[in-house]
Amino acid sequence: MSKVKSLADLKRVREEALKKQEAKNTASKIQIIIGMGTVGIVAGARETLKAILDFIEKENLQDIAVRQTSNIGMDSWEPIIQVVVGDAPKVSYGKVSADVAQKIMKEHVVAGNVVSEYVIETQ
Amino acid sequence: MKELALHLLDIAENSVAAEAKNITISVLFDTEEDLLQMSIEDDGKGMDAERLERITDPFVTSRTTRKVGLGIPLFKAAAESCNGSFDIQSTLGVGTQITAIFQESHIDRMPVGDLKSTMISLLIGYPEVHWVFKYGINGNIFEFDDAPIKKELEGISLTDPGVLGFLKDYIASGIESTQSPVA
Repeated sequence: MSKVKSLADLKRVREEALKKQEAKNTASKIQIIIGMGTVGIVAGARETLKAILDFIEKENLQDIAVRQTSNIGMDSWEPIIQVVVGDAPKVSYGKVSADVAQKIMKEHVVAGNVVSEYVIETQ
Repeated sequence: MKELALHLLDIAENSVAAEAKNITISVLFDTEEDLLQMSIEDDGKGMDAERLERITDPFVTSRTTRKVGLGIPLFKAAAESCNGSFDIQSTLGVGTQITAIFQESHIDRMPVGDLKSTMISLLIGYPEVHWVFKYGINGNIFEFDDAPIKKELEGISLTDPGVLGFLKDYIASGIESTQSPVA
């Protein structure tokens, strides 16, 4: 059972985050977008997002923006995520289960190698 | 869908698509009356009377990539299949309010499911929206308002690993504090 958290705990969290931000000199911004329309949700998109957030927390990754969108429009490929690393082209992945999401986080987001077997589009 | 929490996520996506700035989601148990009430209230662009009348029809959708919308009809069916009711009110330019009521003990009532993940998905996925979540049992309510949290964070991202951990614990302990039934 977790202990009750308060806004005072959040203050400490913020101070730690600020320290980490100062320690860094270059920031390579990473953006992850996940399709959360009805079809995506039914296909398991919330679990995919959860796996991504758990990975960020576990691996203590900084500067990753995670966004949702309701409308990617490729139903048969759901759950779909899109990954943008710095100025590189946007990579769309299809049929991203929680396990596949972990793999993409490890290989693409952290190591910089596109996981080609799940790519549906690069633009 | 296998969880009511997934329906809430789906319906809230509609509110975001309707450009709502403030969205409130409530999940309230009343064990005396054997009821579970779920509502989503937004200040999005709303619907006119004609559209509102047709919105529970599965062949109505505002999306342009496909011609059918199933989110609202599915949620309505989930409520009505367990001796409940479904209501949607909307005013153009003001917002929309959806309320689904379930007989809590009904054999066909879907489990509430992973409400925490639904909340975190919305919170992280749409940081520009002001989110309020209410979860309660018999008037013992945990209210999560993201405004003071965002104010406290001042520019630190919600996806900072420390912040993610905080949000998860904060919401889990809040839900637990209401001593809700195993949903």
